[in-house]
Amino acid sequence: MAKFQEVGTVVSQNSLCDGIYDLVIRAQKIASEAKAGQFVSVYCKDASHLLPRPISLCDIDKNSGTVRLVYRVVGYGTDEFSRLASGDSIRLVGPLGNGYSLKNKRAFVIGGGIGIPPMLQTAKELLAGGMAKDDIQIVLGYRDYCFLKEEFERYGVVTVATEDGSAGTKGNVIDAIRACNLKADILYACGPTPMLRALKAYASDNDIEAYLSLEERMACGIGACLGCVCKSKDVDDHSHVNNKRVCADGPVFNAQDIEL
Amino acid sequence: MNTSVTLAGVTFKNPVMECSGTFGSGMEYSEFVDLNRLGAVVTKGVANVPWAGNPTPRVVETPSGMLNAIGLQNPGIDVFCERDIPFLKQYDTKIIVNVCGKSTEDYIEVVERLAQEKVDMLEINISCPNVKEGGIAFGQNPKAAFDITQAVKKVAKQPVIMKLSPNVTDITEMARAVEMGGADAVSLINTITGMKIDINRRTFALANKTGGMSGPCVRPVAVRMVYQVAQAVKIPIIGMGGITCASDALEFILAGASAVAVGTANFANPNATVEVVEGIEAYMEKYGVSDIKELIGAVR
Repeated sequence: MAKFQEVGTVVSQNSLCDGIYDLVIRAQKIASEAKAGQFVSVYCKDASHLLPRPISLCDIDKNSGTVRLVYRVVGYGTDEFSRLASGDSIRLVGPLGNGYSLKNKRAFVIGGGIGIPPMLQTAKELLAGGMAKDDIQIVLGYRDYCFLKEEFERYGVVTVATEDGSAGTKGNVIDAIRACNLKADILYACGPTPMLRALKAYASDNDIEAYLSLEERMACGIGACLGCVCKSKDVDDHSHVNNKRVCADGPVFNAQDIEL
Repeated sequence: MNTSVTLAGVTFKNPVMECSGTFGSGMEYSEFVDLNRLGAVVTKGVANVPWAGNPTPRVVETPSGMLNAIGLQNPGIDVFCERDIPFLKQYDTKIIVNVCGKSTEDYIEVVERLAQEKVDMLEINISCPNVKEGGIAFGQNPKAAFDITQAVKKVAKQPVIMKLSPNVTDITEMARAVEMGGADAVSLINTITGMKIDINRRTFALANKTGGMSGPCVRPVAVRMVYQVAQAVKIPIIGMGGITCASDALEFILAGASAVAVGTANFANPNATVEVVEGIEAYMEKYGVSDIKELIGAVR
């Protein structure tokens, strides 16, 4: 899969809620190759902040040649990105990582917190791939405000959990799955590590396949520096030491292949 | 114009390479840069057996730089010889293999194994700050540095570069020690030991607590050390430490480096190495420099 360094142009940026931004960038080469579960390295204009910020692709529009990043402001880089406006340029490298290998099986599409955005493109691709909307069970876990929820409703049946109980089931995504007695044969998820750990156990207990997207501090983003590894069950191809590279071998892994 | 340089009998088409550990064996970066454009590819450190490296987080950004504590994760010399060397042989560039070890025997085993391989130079890493035993243990004591250099030189079939640590009181003492031990060249600087604390989690930003600092923030230190070493030894110097563009690289060359290496900048711009090559050519053109050797150590 080809990767590109590309200077994109900001099409639009909006705030979805406090601290969460929705940025659409025209980056034709990246958009043409990208798929659900992949990410881009986003570079700061201020060169003193030199490492790229890895941000997942929330939406890919191959017709308009745009990618959409929905991200939370957590530090200098994301704060700088939040100030971008229509017409500004932004340097990207991507698409990076392997993304989800989608199967034609009744699916859970699960996102937690800022792990929710990449699941939008995932659900969209599942529906576009010919699955019935009823067979795409989308489960979203929020702190409070339910960003992107209406958009998810276009691509599947949405169930929500909130930590404060302000919407849906009070609790986490597993609580929502149990409370609503949801069933599926495969699970795709992105979110905080405790959630992924719980989903790995859930998938194992229910004997279903699970594909989890991990997050780790990265430097190069392309598999060269070995900064972002996770423990793997099998010997990895790169170093033969049971360390898979989250950026290059992931970020999506079969839950059985990794230790969380 | 002539951009070629010769170090220890090995001629490089230009003086630009990349720093060990920032570029793998070039595979991943070959999607962004034409490796044929580089003077050499310096591989990530390779040991006699696979090393798993340190726990994560292994990297964190710092002002104009970063800290890393990868811990020299590598597949060991067998996989390296089967996979990485044949990959690099496809390109018209020199191959410098960085060698790491935990004991003298470890280094010797790798160097002996490489004697049969068609690689151009060896770079001996005695300066990694992120591995407890070995590495830095050899790089902070002139006697230990002399001994390991001599031991490696006895078995090495390729010219040997000793990679020096800046985490010493007097870098010239270390450079003289490895020169006396028979080193054919020195490379400097490796990273400077640093620490970052995550005040929200109230813990260390890196699992290893400390890490090696690199990037533009270390450049003035690196240029100063290259200058000092250039006055202290006769063997050639490969200068590195925060090079992001041709102007940075030229500082090192003018200070006395015969070649330069681009490290952390690869993460900020995957095309950085080739941009340095092109920028040096543009500088020579602009100032009418016909041979890059006119620039090496021109500032005294």
